[in-house]
Amino acid sequence: MQLTLEFGGGLELLCDSVKIHNITVDPQDGEEQLTMKNLLSWVRTNVIKERPEMFMKGDSVRPGVLVLVNDTDWELSGQLETVLEEKDNVVFISTLHGG
Amino acid sequence: MEKGKGRVCSLCNEKRAALKRPKTLEQICRECFYTVFEDEIHRVIVDNQLFKPGERIAIGASGGKDSTVLAYVMSELNRRHNYGLDLFLLSVDEGITGYRDDSLETVKRNEIQYGLPLKVVSYSELYGWTMDEIVKLIGLKNNCTFCGVFRRQALDRGAALLKVDKLVTGHNADDIAETVLLNILRGDIARLSRCTSIITGEDGPIPRCKPFKYTYEKEISFCGCFVLDKQLSNHDDRPRAILDIIKSGEDFRISTSTKMPEQGICERCGYISSQKWCKACVLLEGLNRGLPKLGIGRSRGVRGEINSEHNANMKPANGTKNLQSKQCGSLDF
Repeated sequence: MQLTLEFGGGLELLCDSVKIHNITVDPQDGEEQLTMKNLLSWVRTNVIKERPEMFMKGDSVRPGVLVLVNDTDWELSGQLETVLEEKDNVVFISTLHGG
Repeated sequence: MEKGKGRVCSLCNEKRAALKRPKTLEQICRECFYTVFEDEIHRVIVDNQLFKPGERIAIGASGGKDSTVLAYVMSELNRRHNYGLDLFLLSVDEGITGYRDDSLETVKRNEIQYGLPLKVVSYSELYGWTMDEIVKLIGLKNNCTFCGVFRRQALDRGAALLKVDKLVTGHNADDIAETVLLNILRGDIARLSRCTSIITGEDGPIPRCKPFKYTYEKEISFCGCFVLDKQLSNHDDRPRAILDIIKSGEDFRISTSTKMPEQGICERCGYISSQKWCKACVLLEGLNRGLPKLGIGRSRGVRGEINSEHNANMKPANGTKNLQSKQCGSLDF
């Protein structure tokens, strides 16, 4: 399955400063669908190059990271249970700020 | 889950919902989101009479998401509702290589995008020290004290240089709720009673106000993400909590017999201060005398010396004899 991932708000620094990643990822053996939960663990292993704790906490994203699946807040699509489809676009944006 | 179809916007009942509003848990589409987001901020501005026609307003612009969205919303509402304001962008350059240079680029883009004149004031011109130089001297610990104290003053000094009537900042509802809790935990009654005000420093030379006081960080991020290709979210089980905390902070009543710290002015630079010298002057004195620990931590030792007679010398601010009474542009440190 081909997906486009986009990292912003500083998260791109965790993956060699590359904002847009075109990836191919398939459901794990024995699974029919790819969920956001699967994708996050795949991203942690294959895309994030450093400080994974800035991106994830447990098996979800760290609080303060906005996730959009096809420009829609993932809170509306079921968060970790969101099922991904071919050519979906997933955006991760961090809100780490100073002050 | 049904991504392709999804739920329908609860406001227009037509388009597909794109976000859940943290304030109300309504699921709304992108177009309705912009409308309610901007309308709510307009209502806050009108209901609280934040501005008067003809005023010159500086927008504190760090290059982060909040101030970037603030610059967008302010210029949009000013145009749409004929506020009649002269808007300016005001940035502070702390002199941190690799940090502020990037965000200043964002502010320069805002300058062009929204056609707002930009003024950058730097620590090196105001104080004679960049943050890089300060860190070299005092190390990685405690340098936030310098940065924070210097930045607050730098914004006021920049605003005086621009001769503006008010300064607006991008502090949002989440920030204010955080400050309410911090002030309760620290038992800081004076700050607790000030921190929820939408306008502060009205008796001083340049009042500050917060048009995003009731705006959730998540919605600012959403707006930034869609409109400006900038930045976020919180994951709350009970998102109303943020507005509830602000309300609690507003409702605190301080007994009239409570002794509050008196606000005076710094004898050295004329900035507001509850001590003889303001914090920035104490810190700067330490840097210049090679005693960078001056003014950090409890006020003992040399800071105590500087401010030891402050009680005897304290004059209440009279609103005329501070920043404003000096000529703009000649504020010296």
